[in-house]
Amino acid sequence: MASVTDAELKEMTQEERVKALGMTTEQLTGKSMYIEFDPDATERFEYPWAPSVDFNKRTEVDCDGKTTTEVNNQIRALMAEGYGTIVLQNPRGMHSLGVGILSKLNLIIDGSTGYFSTGLIDGPNVRITGRVGWSCGENMMAGTVVVEKNAGSTFGAAIRGGDLVCRGSVGSRTGIDMKGGTILVGGDTGALSGFMMQRGRMVVCGNAGKNLGDSMYDGTIYVGGDIQSCGVDAVEAELTDLDKAWLTRKLTQYGLMPDKGVDHFTKIVAGKQLWNYDNLEPNEKKLIL
Amino acid sequence: MCGIAGLIHRGASSNVGGEMTAMLQALKHRGPDSTGYAVYGEGSEGDYIMRLKVAEAEDMGSGSRIHGIIEDRIAAVEAILGEHGASVKAKEAPTEYSLRYILSHDGDTARMANHIEETEGVEILSMGNGLELIKDLGDASDVAGLYGLNDFQGTHGIGHTRMATESDVDIRSAHPYWAFPYNDISVVHNGQITNYWIMRREMERKGHRFMSNCDSELLAVYTAHNLANGVALEDSLRRSIDEIDGVFTYLVATKDQLGMAKDTMAAKPLVLYESDNLIAMASEEVAIRAILPQEIDTYDPYDEEVRVWQA
Repeated sequence: MASVTDAELKEMTQEERVKALGMTTEQLTGKSMYIEFDPDATERFEYPWAPSVDFNKRTEVDCDGKTTTEVNNQIRALMAEGYGTIVLQNPRGMHSLGVGILSKLNLIIDGSTGYFSTGLIDGPNVRITGRVGWSCGENMMAGTVVVEKNAGSTFGAAIRGGDLVCRGSVGSRTGIDMKGGTILVGGDTGALSGFMMQRGRMVVCGNAGKNLGDSMYDGTIYVGGDIQSCGVDAVEAELTDLDKAWLTRKLTQYGLMPDKGVDHFTKIVAGKQLWNYDNLEPNEKKLIL
Repeated sequence: MCGIAGLIHRGASSNVGGEMTAMLQALKHRGPDSTGYAVYGEGSEGDYIMRLKVAEAEDMGSGSRIHGIIEDRIAAVEAILGEHGASVKAKEAPTEYSLRYILSHDGDTARMANHIEETEGVEILSMGNGLELIKDLGDASDVAGLYGLNDFQGTHGIGHTRMATESDVDIRSAHPYWAFPYNDISVVHNGQITNYWIMRREMERKGHRFMSNCDSELLAVYTAHNLANGVALEDSLRRSIDEIDGVFTYLVATKDQLGMAKDTMAAKPLVLYESDNLIAMASEEVAIRAILPQEIDTYDPYDEEVRVWQA
């Protein structure tokens, strides 16, 4: 703006002048208008380099005696050969299994995994028959992960899309910093679940620990059981028919529907009392956002 | 980061030494600096097992004079034992700087322990009827090999693999810690204690001694202080969550009990497995699976959770 000279300003129309001096209050565009999913954008369904796999082509990988890198490389090699269903046997608590898979795949982990299992994924359908350690499904973009037993803390940290399901109970800080997608928990969740959540939905059929939804920006948390306490700026909201319909559909899809239905769920949203962005002048807003 | 592990067999004895080694070896990536064990054997009534170190492992490379110094220190310790009327029934030296005594003694062991530690360079690692506390630099298989732990029979044990963050890589800062001078109590810890100096000064005012600058030693002293004042183990663990600040998960073992406590933020990991005859816990499931390869059900304890199991 400082580069605009008086002579140039005189040349401009009133509208152009206002814009050049940075005094407009136009609506912000760009990332704030981010669309989570557009069914018409078919060309974005797959990465151009994704291997073409056939779900009917099935194989098994024995993790015993292998390192995490060896197992993960073998998954990639098998996908390149066209295998669409891969079963990992004997994981026995190994860390970082199945991370960074960016295309469609049926991955079945027959047993329990350690930390960071199936994180950073974009597309695969994963079923884990055992338990998972900390940070399962961290930063996942799309796809589904279904854990049959319990999960550790930071389940679905910074998740951006897809469905992350745990039939058992999960640890603390579930869905911390989540930015989209859905987390479904059949059992209980620990303290500070939904901490700094920004978008997306989390459903807990059991009880929630203390400071639920602490400092959440946006998004929705549904809890079927008791909430020990809500965190700063997390408030209860009315459970609408739209919510009930969505809950019924999602929970039925994964076989987690409670016997007594969904009417007893409590809905927690951001109170928006910590939203201070709009106190900025339009010019400051441009600099920051 | 650090890794902790513990297991307890209900009403039966087992190869606890070998099991702990397998668990701690699986946790090596969480802390390669040093490894420690506190394992509980049968012991015989009236006899005490005393483990002590008379020098640090790094001292051994400091010149040939150290050998003479070590001999002098051992002689001094044995003179004190004699002075307190303790007779040495057996003596072993797994390394030049560490010793294991079986003592028969019916006097005040706390007074004797205090007297022994007046000797420069000598630290009692543990004393008790069942407790054997072993810690040294290296991973679990190194330490177990050096101290012959792979065949150790017992009912329960706790262990630790250390990644040194707030104090030195040496035996004095390694875990587990014995709750000096109280028999058979040991502690392992994963985390950071933020009111360490406040609590340490409070404990020092009450007459307790600290051998290292490692924050975990505070938990041992704190637990010892509570138990000595008649507080039950479970109450001591519960009280520590209010009184001690920071992020921590720690395990405490006594002659016939194993307890755990997790801080109010649940910031440090622990995975639990419970069955009718065995309870195993570790920072990561991979350690439990090192001794239980079959499919098992495990879970994470929540914040402020306290549990105590009886052998």
